Amino acid sequence: MMVQQTTPEAAVSGVTTAAELNVAGTRGPSFGEPIVEYLLRLGDDRLILGHRLSEWCGHGPILEEDIALANIALDLVGASSMLLGLAGELEGKDRDADALAFFREGVQYRNALIVELPRGDFGFTIMRQFLFDAYSVVTLDALASCGHAGLAAIAAKSLKEDKYHLRHSSEWVVRLGDGTEESHNRVQASLNELWRYTGELFERDTIDEAVAAVGITLDRDALHAKWESIVNDVLQRATLTIPEKTVMASGGRRGRHTEHLGHLLSVMQSVARAHPGATW
Amino acid sequence: MTQPTTVTADESALVAAFEARIAAGESIEPKDWMPERYRRQLIRMMSQHAHSEIVGMLPEGNWITRAPSLRRKMSLIAKVQDEAGHGLYIYCGTETLGVDRHELVEQLLDGRAKYSSIFNYPTLSWADMGVIGWFVDGAAIVNQTILAKASYGPYARAMVRICKEENFHKRQGYEICATLANGTPAQREMLQDAVNRFWWPSLMMFGPSDTDSPNSAELLKWRVKRKTNDELRQRFINLTVPQAAAIGVTLPDPDLKFNAETNNWDFGEIDWDEFFQVIGGNGPCNRERIAARQQAQDEGEWVRAAATAHASKQHRTVQAA
Ligand SMILES: [Fe+2]
Ligand SMILES: [Fe+2]
Ligand SMILES: [Fe+2]
Repeated sequence: MMVQQTTPEAAVSGVTTAAELNVAGTRGPSFGEPIVEYLLRLGDDRLILGHRLSEWCGHGPILEEDIALANIALDLVGASSMLLGLAGELEGKDRDADALAFFREGVQYRNALIVELPRGDFGFTIMRQFLFDAYSVVTLDALASCGHAGLAAIAAKSLKEDKYHLRHSSEWVVRLGDGTEESHNRVQASLNELWRYTGELFERDTIDEAVAAVGITLDRDALHAKWESIVNDVLQRATLTIPEKTVMASGGRRGRHTEHLGHLLSVMQSVARAHPGATW
Repeated sequence: MTQPTTVTADESALVAAFEARIAAGESIEPKDWMPERYRRQLIRMMSQHAHSEIVGMLPEGNWITRAPSLRRKMSLIAKVQDEAGHGLYIYCGTETLGVDRHELVEQLLDGRAKYSSIFNYPTLSWADMGVIGWFVDGAAIVNQTILAKASYGPYARAMVRICKEENFHKRQGYEICATLANGTPAQREMLQDAVNRFWWPSLMMFGPSDTDSPNSAELLKWRVKRKTNDELRQRFINLTVPQAAAIGVTLPDPDLKFNAETNNWDFGEIDWDEFFQVIGGNGPCNRERIAARQQAQDEGEWVRAAATAHASKQHRTVQAA
């Protein structure tokens, strides 16, 4: 199986022009402290994906999956709460995890685009989850031994949970891919749609370089290779094929989101924003 | 298979032995002989209970995406997940009586099986998440603490386990209410409004007065039930009145008054017309609740088919190996 994909660098430079058009002379909105930005990226990924998963509560295809998806959502929101909490602490502007979750605008969110896409059918949800879980496991595995003690501790805890998530989503990808003709076609279509959002997960920019100063040095190419080997193995067992010649989408890490995020946030933030300053 | 409709001499001896065991406080296990009516009563009660757990996920699930803090979001997801677990556990218990889950779900979807009337009311504000935990899980605890001593072993054991979690839900719900009660004027108003909407429907959860409850007498004799609907309702009211006072919330019943002779809180007339409308399918959300379950069932069809197909492929591979 050939994996055809634009390089992360190409994906980044492909959208830089658009960002420059948006904000004259800059690459989009100004970044805060690199470590804070870095933590927001990790935290926002998990908050938004956890939120999407929680939309399934009460609507799953089987009761066991209502329970499993809720459990994964819970882990992800829990991880986001720790990551955003640490981001707020390091930022030093008196914002806690809730302030960051409920009182930032869409353009201030730093999640990858893949997690904000609507939940779609169960196959789409599972395929997205699988692609993300594999990314999360290889990333957290590296972060668990990074030089930033606070982040390393959170990563180590989440890694245990995410390994379970990855096993769960991998099993479902295989089941659906190698199930019936209908399930195969549905989940293949989801893979085709989702693939263009995977490049962003392995992009590297100035933030990734700057956090080396606080002990976070990830080898993105090595992580990407590990991710590919997990993905290739599972997709092969699922009799699914990676789409060729995909132009990768990008922008989430700089606040350039799809239109879906705004709607998600308008729901998620509605109660908190209607009562600013209230305690819940 | 046709069941004989007359009770044979053999069977009446079995019934006598069965009733003697119940009277002696023994628990009945799946392999034990039991009268067909007992079995059917239990299937009816247990499946109704399981369906209530599942349909009950919907009104609270409605606010997961809008929970106002990450902590509340997590505890609400966890609660709804617990309810799914309760449903699953009780469906499994019901299967020990010889019906499968698939059949029970069909009965829910086509309207043959009932679920708790309370879940046909809409959740209109965040405060409903507090009040449902406090009232609805609270009422469930009052019911289930008694059911934990029911004669059918698998049901009684399920109740023991489930009751622990319902207690946690109730505390959590009450804590949401207490937080709102200490909050801004808008939060207090939101709380009082939720209490006003859920109080009477919560009292209806215990079912009609026993004089109007068609199944009560037999259920009590066989220790499927241990207290009357009215006794349980009174117990719930007695527990809840001081809790409302403690957080400064008014229960919407002008006739609520302590009776020093009976040591009970006397209360006003329940609108049983409303109750019978709701269980008859005409509550505010009956159609939405069943439609949501039906949609989940329909949209999940291809997923279940894929899982079955994949499992049988695996099975063939293992056999060939
Ligand atoms: Fe977990
Ligand atoms: Fe429950
Ligand atoms: Fe509960």
